[in-house]
Amino acid sequence: MEKVLLKNIENPNSADIAEYMSVGGYQSLGKALGRNPKDIIDEVKKAGLRGRGGAGFPVAMKWTFASGDPKTPKYLLCNADEGEPGTFKDRPILEKNPHMLIEGMAISGYALGAEYGYIYLRGEYPAAKHILEKAIKQAYDKGFLGDNILSKGVKFHLAVHQGAGAYICGEETALIESLEGDKGQPRIKPPFPVNVGVFAKPTVVNNVETLANLPYLIEIGGETYSKIGSPDCPGPKIYCVSGHVEKPGVYELPMGTNLKDIIYTHCGGIKGGKKLKAVIPGGISTPVLPPDKIDCQMDFVNMPKHGSMLGSGAVIVMDESVCLVKVCYRALKFFEHESCGKCTPCREGTGWLRSILGRIEAGQGQEGDVDLLLSVAGNMIGKTFCPLGDGAASVVQNFIKHFRPEFEEHIRAKACMAQG
Amino acid sequence: MDIKDIMFSQAAIKEIEEIRAKYPTARAALLPALYVAQREFGWLSPEAYEAVSEILGVPKAIARGVGTFYAMYKNRPMGRNVVQLCTNVSCMILGAERLVDFLKNKYGLEPGGTTPDNRFSLVIMECIGACGTAPAMLINDDFYENLTEKYIDEILEKYR
Repeated sequence: MEKVLLKNIENPNSADIAEYMSVGGYQSLGKALGRNPKDIIDEVKKAGLRGRGGAGFPVAMKWTFASGDPKTPKYLLCNADEGEPGTFKDRPILEKNPHMLIEGMAISGYALGAEYGYIYLRGEYPAAKHILEKAIKQAYDKGFLGDNILSKGVKFHLAVHQGAGAYICGEETALIESLEGDKGQPRIKPPFPVNVGVFAKPTVVNNVETLANLPYLIEIGGETYSKIGSPDCPGPKIYCVSGHVEKPGVYELPMGTNLKDIIYTHCGGIKGGKKLKAVIPGGISTPVLPPDKIDCQMDFVNMPKHGSMLGSGAVIVMDESVCLVKVCYRALKFFEHESCGKCTPCREGTGWLRSILGRIEAGQGQEGDVDLLLSVAGNMIGKTFCPLGDGAASVVQNFIKHFRPEFEEHIRAKACMAQG
Repeated sequence: MDIKDIMFSQAAIKEIEEIRAKYPTARAALLPALYVAQREFGWLSPEAYEAVSEILGVPKAIARGVGTFYAMYKNRPMGRNVVQLCTNVSCMILGAERLVDFLKNKYGLEPGGTTPDNRFSLVIMECIGACGTAPAMLINDDFYENLTEKYIDEILEKYR
């Protein structure tokens, strides 16, 4: 498949507006502004575009809710708080193709009636901040942003808002709190951001990759777009693969590419010809899979049928040398650190899980610890304020579900049996 | 220390005013203003929080509450160069822990610590989005990827 989202990124000047325009950039914006906003939403609906941040929510539906709310002004927020461990798919768009994102945001803003946009960029991407700010200035200078875009009387202003190192801000209501100048603690829903979002106005939050799809979608039309990849959730998808493969990196492939093919065909298989032990398919909070369960289509509809989730498409591959107790412990250390502290099951639960896993990892595990882990996790699932706590508990449940003997062996032997 | 002992430079005041203009409320400018303050004053001391609170008209308690929530604000003095090494899963399984030991043994750089000459501080990071080129770190604003002990020696040499 021809590259869409990662188009032209080998070109060292790809982030410059002249370069982007020379390969057809900003033509879709002109095309979109010549049409009725509702037509654009219909086009996106026809395309079947679903959000690429992890939840896979239908984009057109979100836009329709916000567009139908009478309050003004409306806001479009780009979620560039790419923090799910294992995920590095948005970084090439932000650093190499910033204008594709800006054009996508201008199109989206027009479609849903938003006059203001912010790119909520994670603090850990300082280079991207400078690149985006330069690109935004270029877009203003060329009349692609501002009070009168392309002299069509359309208004859309855009700025970068830099986060400061908090995983939870990837959750949309925490992101909104953070943009308003507060701690990143999620809000209760309803009201949903599409009605009461940032500054109490209708707000759409879309992921970088989602928004970057817009120029191409408008260029080829929703009908043609819907034929790419999985029929249930079509389009190009950036998979990012890390860990023990020969060729880790970002791979733009049709949505629904088989996980096994991603690892063995595109990434050249397991590094050094070692044996595969486990795969986390969609970022650290998605359920881990054993080697015999990776023959599955990587999309929002099929992954749940195979006991996991597409998440952010962040594939972490682990060979036989890896101790899974240690990985699970490290994951929980992360969740404990990132829990915002607002709700008790998550704040306390992540700490207890980390602590029990820590003693098993240190060779001080006690008989019954595995069941204790499951009991704590079970008391978190479905009881936390936002998906962070669910994610943390589900990591523990799924590592134990597939690799329980390794945890028990670790407790019995008071040491690690992995060959690492 | 009297609060008047530290003041924003004229350039910083102008920068904060420009940031303020991007938002409908002054409060929304808090995160970026804290970044400006930490750049100006080196770290977010109680006096730095006072200065931010005053310039934006945001209560001190709010400024400090927000500044201590996020991992990337410096709530204590740090070395001239901040080494931010990722040890999350993708980096860990490719040897990040070995690099933590290396920094400790060779450079006396402990996680959360600063070298006696104030040249480096080490912060252990959660994922920094460089998993395909793990292990990885940031030094100040610069990314370094596919790290080895030898490569770290070369990189650190560049920072004084």
